[in-house]
Amino acid sequence: MTSIYETPVGLPRRAVSIQINGEEVKVSEGATILDACKAHGTDVPTLCYGDTLDPVNACRVCVVEVEGNRVLVPSCSRKVEPGMVINTDNERTRHSRKMVLELLGSSVDLSAAPMVAGWNDQYQADPTRFGESKTVKQSVKIDNDLYVRDYSRCILCYKCVDACGEQWQNSFAISVAGRGFNAHISTEFDVELPDSACVYCGNCVEVCPTGALMFKTEHDMRVADTWDESAQQQTTTICPYCGVGCSLTLHTQDNTIVKVTSPHESAVGSGNLCIKGRFGFQHVQTLKHN
Amino acid sequence: MDLRFPKEEPTLAEVQALDAVLGESLVVEGWQRERGGAHLAADQRPHLLAALHALQNRVGWVSPGGLGELCRRLDVPPAEAYGVASFYAMFSMEERPARVVHVCADLACQVLGAGALLDAVQAECGNPSQTGVPGAWQPSPCLGLCERGPAILVTEAGDPAHEAVIAPAIATDVAVALRVGPKGLGAEAPVVAAVPQAATPQGAAELVLLKRVGVVDPSSLDDYRAHGGYEALRAAFAMGPTGVIREVTDSNLVGRGGAAFPAGRKWAAVAAQPVRTHYLVCNADESEPGTFKDRVIIEGDPFSLIEAMTICAFATGCEQGFVYLRGEYPRALEHLQHAIDAAHDRGFLGANVMGLGFAFDITIVRGAGAYICGEETAIFNSIEGYRGEPRSKPPFPVEVGLFGKPTVVNNVETLVNVLPIVLNGGPAYAAIGTAGSSGTKVFCVSGAVANAGVYELPFGATLRELIDLAGGVPNGRSLKAVLLGGAAGSFVRADEIDFPLTLEGARAHNTTLGSGVVMVLDDTVDLPTFLRRIAAFFRDESCGQCVPCRVGTVRQEEALIRITLGPRSAAQHEADLTILRDVGRAMRDASICGLGQTAWSAIESAIDRLGALQ
Repeated sequence: MTSIYETPVGLPRRAVSIQINGEEVKVSEGATILDACKAHGTDVPTLCYGDTLDPVNACRVCVVEVEGNRVLVPSCSRKVEPGMVINTDNERTRHSRKMVLELLGSSVDLSAAPMVAGWNDQYQADPTRFGESKTVKQSVKIDNDLYVRDYSRCILCYKCVDACGEQWQNSFAISVAGRGFNAHISTEFDVELPDSACVYCGNCVEVCPTGALMFKTEHDMRVADTWDESAQQQTTTICPYCGVGCSLTLHTQDNTIVKVTSPHESAVGSGNLCIKGRFGFQHVQTLKHN
Repeated sequence: MDLRFPKEEPTLAEVQALDAVLGESLVVEGWQRERGGAHLAADQRPHLLAALHALQNRVGWVSPGGLGELCRRLDVPPAEAYGVASFYAMFSMEERPARVVHVCADLACQVLGAGALLDAVQAECGNPSQTGVPGAWQPSPCLGLCERGPAILVTEAGDPAHEAVIAPAIATDVAVALRVGPKGLGAEAPVVAAVPQAATPQGAAELVLLKRVGVVDPSSLDDYRAHGGYEALRAAFAMGPTGVIREVTDSNLVGRGGAAFPAGRKWAAVAAQPVRTHYLVCNADESEPGTFKDRVIIEGDPFSLIEAMTICAFATGCEQGFVYLRGEYPRALEHLQHAIDAAHDRGFLGANVMGLGFAFDITIVRGAGAYICGEETAIFNSIEGYRGEPRSKPPFPVEVGLFGKPTVVNNVETLVNVLPIVLNGGPAYAAIGTAGSSGTKVFCVSGAVANAGVYELPFGATLRELIDLAGGVPNGRSLKAVLLGGAAGSFVRADEIDFPLTLEGARAHNTTLGSGVVMVLDDTVDLPTFLRRIAAFFRDESCGQCVPCRVGTVRQEEALIRITLGPRSAAQHEADLTILRDVGRAMRDASICGLGQTAWSAIESAIDRLGALQ
């Protein structure tokens, strides 16, 4: 959703005719293949795609076949061109998606990524087929009271880095470090967050697709096995702290706030908050004085 | 940006090292520097790679204090600088001895006994990367000294830093190098030793691109001019930019880096871009195992590259050129830097090239040990001071390239071809070679041949003729296979070598010339070990950006290890072969760049053509 301040007022966009799975589709110029598929009602899985961030097309689960291209193309970032003939669901694309799911599933803990189990069934992916193999398993980093970093769950989608960096927060506390399978999200020399440039806005937590970044409250409740999303309520309200008026979605379980998100379609913050809106909720529920 | 820097302080040596590349910051008290001049440092990011080299060269590693000081000077977030530094193999993020011996463990050296050398070094010098000793050694990817392997590169941090190579090397050389360092080692073999054709008059007469190697003094601009240097640039000025592009187009020259894209079309596309500035990037990051032609050209005839780049810049409207030179080439760096300085002093580079009102300058960017930076968009990120990860295409470099501007990216060999094209005309050049492949081609012949080296031949010679020219397989052994195009290429069998080494000939035989690697394997080569090295190479060099390559190269190596080393049932063997094919296909189809797309090619061809892993 575009904010009112960004509403394009330039020339009207031309419609581009393309073909998706044999059907003629008209989309506006400048749209991505993924936009076109969504408008057409064609389901394409995505992992590293973020609705509020520039696509990095790193996970490759959204690849589709475009006639005339030697290799498959990422639908999340490739713009439509007139006359494009796109196939989103043939043996070739299904093979690559299945392999991406198997490769990720065999190296990363995807249990907190809600869509993956369904895709594994859909594409008949079996992440256990590689047997004993290298993973990114490691212990959870708990170095502050607000959020934890469990890089065993990290698929390196770059979204946290982009949200922390120039696309949203401009804190630049984290980056991708290392190379190849050893690539990982890190502060400089892997210093703990309190020694880094982190300002605890939690916008990285907001965009993380696999639960690698998690509210400490959620992490503790998952460890204690009391985390129960089916028993949770979501209430959208306005942050009371300052005059900006960011939208907050309070996630409550047993009438206690367990985490805070922000609607990505909000014209005010596009899902981004500061430390106060994201983590400053204890005062509304710490009523008992010991 | 309001950045937060590490609390560690830099040492005096680190500050001085940064002063040398970035200019001195304000001296307040002794070497204590004024902080907070960051706003002055806008657009300093492209200095990041050179500054990291300066720290590494001076103190032997990139320390938190040194990195913090660098970040203050360049206004770069420390996390990002750490991400960049840790991307490159040549930068150590942990303290280690100043003296490091890199022992090549890669393909061409393996054919020449690198495995035995590594074992002997282990026995004589102990484990790699020990601490608390004057020097450490470590196995290394290809050092580009394939014609005389097994090779070692010795580096020593200090003021100044020193580097030297020994090839061929024995274990005692490593022990001596660890003890005395690069300064105590003997001189390197002359460049011309890598060009066997130059040894005979009739061989030398065949050379076009390599004709000056060993003939001219690479440090003398006058000698270069006495041997026909700068005649082509004068001719180019006379014919004008469109004239040069017409000749290059008519010549049918295609890129020699591996992708074989028509050079004339690339140049015309950049020249036609109304957006300014235009940039020229010379890709001299040849890191494909078995490739060393660009090194020989730069070491032996550096002015020819400068002249060719100047012609390209003139034709395409580029004001600034970059040579991205791989980090493991100390002699090429020295020769090229000297040549650029000399050309600049004499008015062949600078604000007014040859007094004709055309401005062009060349900067060398030294790579730091990353194969992926030879990819045409990764090279941009690396020059700009970011991690050397490939970009998504489209947009293509001719529209959005270095610093977001239209950019010509050409390989060293592609560029030097422009000299004969401009001098003799495009049609004359197109008449050399075959209908589908014009001109001459420089092949890097390595492995089990009597005279390894670079060979320049008109397109059209067969693989057998080339191997025979290199003296054939020595010591009465027989030819087993040839790896064409390097780790990203494919194998051909001994009975398949009668096809012409042309683009169309290779295609018809379902193989590729790639960057011109011809690695000859005789019957003593241990193919499973060789294939595991190919898999390890890609696992090591994957940038880690996309899933198919980052995880796929690991799963490929694991399956290959299980197949070749483990006791396996027939069913397990079949399952692992299926894994190789499934993973390989996904890497080829769904990886972002050519590295992942070709990471399975050689192993696939070993299975399908050589019958390996049965």
